Amino acid sequence: MTERSVGASRRHDSAEAHVAGRAVYIDDIAEPPGLLHLAFGLAADGHARLLGIDLDAVRAVPGVVGVYTAADIPGVNDVSPVKGDDRLFADGEILYPGQPLFVVAATSVEIARRAARKAVVDVEPLPALTTIAQAKAAGSVIEEAQRMARGDAAAALDAAPHRISGTLEMGGQEHFYLEGQVALAVPGEDGQVHVLSSTQHPSEIQHLIAKVLGCSHADVTVEVRRMGGAFGGKETQAAAFAVAAALVAAKTGRPAKIRADRDDDMAMTGKRHEFSAGYDVGFTPDGRIAGIRIELASRCGATWDLSSAINDRAMFHADNCYWLPAVEIVSHRLKTHTVSNTAFRGFGGPQGMLAIERVMDAIAVHLGLDPLSVRQVNLYAPGRDVTPYHMTVTDNVAPEIIAELAEQAEYARRQAAVAEFNARNTVLKKGLALTPVKFGISFTTTHLNQAGALVLVYADGSIQINHGGTEMGQGLMIKVAQVVADVFAVPVDRVRVTSTRTDKVPNTSATAASSGADLNGMAAFRAADTVRARLADFLGDRFGCQAGDVRFTADGVVAGDELVPFETVCRMAHLARVSLSSTGFYATPHIHYDRATHSGRPFLYFAYGAALSEVVIDTLTGEHRVLAVDILHDVGRSLNPAIDLGQIEGAFVQGMGWLTTEELVYDDRGRLLTHAPSTYKIPTAGDRPARMDIRLWAAGLNVEATIHRSKAVGEPPFMLAISVFSALTAAVAATAPGKGLPALDAPATPERILMAVGELRARG
Amino acid sequence: MAIRPTVAAETVTNPGGGNVSFLLDGEIVSVTAGATDSVLDLLRYKLRRTGTKEGCAEGDCGACTVLLGDPDGEAVNWRAVNACILFVPMLDGKALKTVESLSAGGDLHPVQREMIDRHGSQCGFCTPGFVMSLYGRSVGAAGTTGEPVADVIAGNLCRCTGYGPILEAGEAVPAGPGDDAGIVAGLRTIARSNAGPGWFAPETSDELAELMLANPGARIVAGATDVGLWVTKQHRDLGAVIFIGDIADLRTIEETPDGLRIGAGVRYNETRAALARLDPQLGELVRRIGGVQVRNSGTIGGNIANGSPIGDMPPALIALGAVLTLRRGDERRSMALEDFFLSYGKQDRAADEFVESVFVPRPATGTIVRVTKLTKRFDSDISAVCGAFAISIDRGVVSAARVAFGGMAGIPARAARCEAALFGQEWSGATVEHAALALAEDFRPLDDARGSAAYRSLAAGNLLRRLWAEQSGEKVSVLDLVSDHD
Repeated sequence: MTERSVGASRRHDSAEAHVAGRAVYIDDIAEPPGLLHLAFGLAADGHARLLGIDLDAVRAVPGVVGVYTAADIPGVNDVSPVKGDDRLFADGEILYPGQPLFVVAATSVEIARRAARKAVVDVEPLPALTTIAQAKAAGSVIEEAQRMARGDAAAALDAAPHRISGTLEMGGQEHFYLEGQVALAVPGEDGQVHVLSSTQHPSEIQHLIAKVLGCSHADVTVEVRRMGGAFGGKETQAAAFAVAAALVAAKTGRPAKIRADRDDDMAMTGKRHEFSAGYDVGFTPDGRIAGIRIELASRCGATWDLSSAINDRAMFHADNCYWLPAVEIVSHRLKTHTVSNTAFRGFGGPQGMLAIERVMDAIAVHLGLDPLSVRQVNLYAPGRDVTPYHMTVTDNVAPEIIAELAEQAEYARRQAAVAEFNARNTVLKKGLALTPVKFGISFTTTHLNQAGALVLVYADGSIQINHGGTEMGQGLMIKVAQVVADVFAVPVDRVRVTSTRTDKVPNTSATAASSGADLNGMAAFRAADTVRARLADFLGDRFGCQAGDVRFTADGVVAGDELVPFETVCRMAHLARVSLSSTGFYATPHIHYDRATHSGRPFLYFAYGAALSEVVIDTLTGEHRVLAVDILHDVGRSLNPAIDLGQIEGAFVQGMGWLTTEELVYDDRGRLLTHAPSTYKIPTAGDRPARMDIRLWAAGLNVEATIHRSKAVGEPPFMLAISVFSALTAAVAATAPGKGLPALDAPATPERILMAVGELRARG
Repeated sequence: MAIRPTVAAETVTNPGGGNVSFLLDGEIVSVTAGATDSVLDLLRYKLRRTGTKEGCAEGDCGACTVLLGDPDGEAVNWRAVNACILFVPMLDGKALKTVESLSAGGDLHPVQREMIDRHGSQCGFCTPGFVMSLYGRSVGAAGTTGEPVADVIAGNLCRCTGYGPILEAGEAVPAGPGDDAGIVAGLRTIARSNAGPGWFAPETSDELAELMLANPGARIVAGATDVGLWVTKQHRDLGAVIFIGDIADLRTIEETPDGLRIGAGVRYNETRAALARLDPQLGELVRRIGGVQVRNSGTIGGNIANGSPIGDMPPALIALGAVLTLRRGDERRSMALEDFFLSYGKQDRAADEFVESVFVPRPATGTIVRVTKLTKRFDSDISAVCGAFAISIDRGVVSAARVAFGGMAGIPARAARCEAALFGQEWSGATVEHAALALAEDFRPLDDARGSAAYRSLAAGNLLRRLWAEQSGEKVSVLDLVSDHD
């Protein structure tokens, strides 16, 4: 009988091409004749008045065809997503080190890169604010501080039997997509341009190219087949590259390609926001929070980018799974003379969530309670279920997931074993922690929650789908193909995934916020369902049955007494002049938000999960290892369990990197010192915990009517890695029992671990 | 031989017509290459083999992993290397395999099948590099035999998967020798050239000595794992380049009761077993230098000659009392390794001189040897601090102590005060504590991206304390817990 595609572990649609080296990324495309290669000239130093750029030496390099600065832009010098404040090329003022000043077009990559270094840049250096503390002291912000509150936090704090306060610093994170930023622009007729861009947001690239070139959206086509990783780093940050390529193509009439060298890529593009979190919490003797004030401050960098929404999401997740009866969350968005920070998997959520998980650990240490019990007594529950933004949590499955994981992973037994190990060892100490995740799904900017799709059924029964979502490795295309295959009950290999193009589906949102399958899967489903309905009508007429009785099965389409192969149905419908293509559209229902009062329902639903991590630290060197991890995660009814498990494991390890080995180091002018994999260390295979037990929560079911009741999976599991940080904190605490909560900041590098051990032991 | 500026590589249609010839999937490819043309660019933009990717252009991510094969009698010695920092002249006379080679016959290799079946690719960009590393393991390529899969792929970065499926795919494919008879025969038909525009590739150290006299200041390149970055990242013109990777008499290891003499052209992976026999700590240190690809290219000689302030090998070698031999023409001179490093970036080597070998004495029986590399990440990272101790105890008293550190000064250096605090003293916790405090007087380390001065000072002393704790029966390595975790 019917073997449904949805719910089956289908392999990635490009898996075979990936392993054979046949998957085509932009730089793999055969270079068109006359291609120009581009390189940006970058500001070497930070904040400065830009007095002039002498480009004679650049132009004099044989092979250089042109050099373009802000003065050469026909339209508006802006590549920003929201605010209009990201210059393609610096104009008058250099805002941060690594800012593009000009672009060189040459006949080879090497010539362009070498020539770009020959510019003589005349600047007057200006003082640079580079840290959260400096910007806060100077009152340098991208927007006014935001306040989210419910109840009287001050009164609750004053009345609480216990009250503690503290701070936590957390570093940013480089995306380190393996494929660097790249774009290829090919000029067309009548001033049109076709741009291949490695971007999560083709529509925005299209709109920005039109803005910079001074042409219409209809003159620009942006195409994305696949990205070699993105993680948020190609949501807004791809724009400068694609726009520069389009500019040169427009100026010269020749195709132009830019691919960033890794070091330039890391210096030029934004990262996860560094945060500082302060808390003041009052609680009962059993660890229940009575009132809390959380103060978040983030380094946004030189421009707005998406920082406003990112910091909002940090506030939205400063509750995580916990009921905060009286709460005030204040968020400072600081403007610094450093590269503008941007979207990164979790989009501020991880920072907010790490803050409240630190509070849980702080309460547990203060009261001498097991941290899991503190977490459990604070969970949302009936009657204790309204978030700080006044949304009622109606799908709370965190208590069940936590209980199931604690049981399955033997939390109590292992916590005892850790204590026993710590009693026997002085140099090595272990720590263990179980932390939950509740992550809100939907763009918090409500209008972005829409998607379009185009389904084309051909007369031979093959199907093409196109939608606004982009493939960055997350398996979006195979999930959507599975959805469409099931509409017609055809094998998934009948469905051809094609590149994402702005000339097929217009005005799309970024593939971001974990929304790819939710939005595009539903839009594609509706498009396919429209065609299916037409076929049913047609067959009903043809075979004298009700359209509603026509069934699409794996054996063919059943209409009345007839069983007709799908491809025959398509052929017949074509001959009968039935339209076999349709668009589909989806707008997420029920959501609304009032940013002025920070209240409403910004999310359609929440995704949940929990992780238990066990770690060991060396108290003499700070070296540490994650020994074992158990994860239970809720993806609703999985569209594709293999893909979902891959997202969970990958996100966890990436989150572990953020909190352990990945350290961004800047100098006092805001120059990034860790701008290559030699100094910036993402996890390797050896860092993967020796034992990882990852399970999808069997009872998972989205209470909202999402596509096949699935849940988003891209970002939520990233935050499961907070269990690693919490376990490391516990291990440090074990070096000096009774002395309180270690002052461990993130990332917990060996240096920070060792210093935290020393500070804790030195306490009176 | 005249020196001419480097020229870009271009393919030559007549086999044998270029100055570099290599075997690629049974065909001889002949190209005219400048000294610093990269193999990655040749593959991607000239030969249109775009499966090999550029991820970092500095040998740290492994997306450009290819296999390089040297003839060895009736077999081929394969080794995984990073194409991004491999110069085209280094292909001369060798066989090359890229990811495209694996399915050249139409069928996917078992490694590729396992990667698909276990969902080992997500974005797919790093995938060809992983496939090549795992394929290398499946054919017993250098540095993979008997190694855990995680070590074999430590030089490959993936940002999507979390590595689990890739590790499983590697485990699922057994290792066994391939049939390389055709390749052996093909390699016999290739004549190496020994020079090209701006470069030389001598085959004996006598030739090298002559070339150095004739071209003082010529850049010697063994594996290019360091010099490669001068080209890809700093866009430097290297001037005349002399490749020494195929000088047979520099590629020998002499193992005697007294110790090891390691030729300047011996690659890290080739030294690992012999160094591990000298002391297991040295084998473990080599394991943590770069990934397999880097260890298959880089040499200890190059690491010493370039005088990196970190230079992860020199501290260990200095602690063991290594002696360096340099050659100029027919003259040789030897010196204690620590004396070679003069100041940051400056070594005691004349412009026409070259490092010939390093001799590492075998530690006396009973000597406690401890080498610890402190890094942000265990694998494929450069140390913030690398500390090496060789301490001999005679009837409870320290009878010899050599202590050397990397990352604590502009050069790898001995810790004189620390050594003095140990020598002649009772081997006790108190002595160790004294020596650890003395160590703080030996160095004034710097703050940099790898660690602060305060961390370096504290951790350096703690390495000695940890050594003592270990001698006292404590468990001290987090790595030891990974394998025995339930």
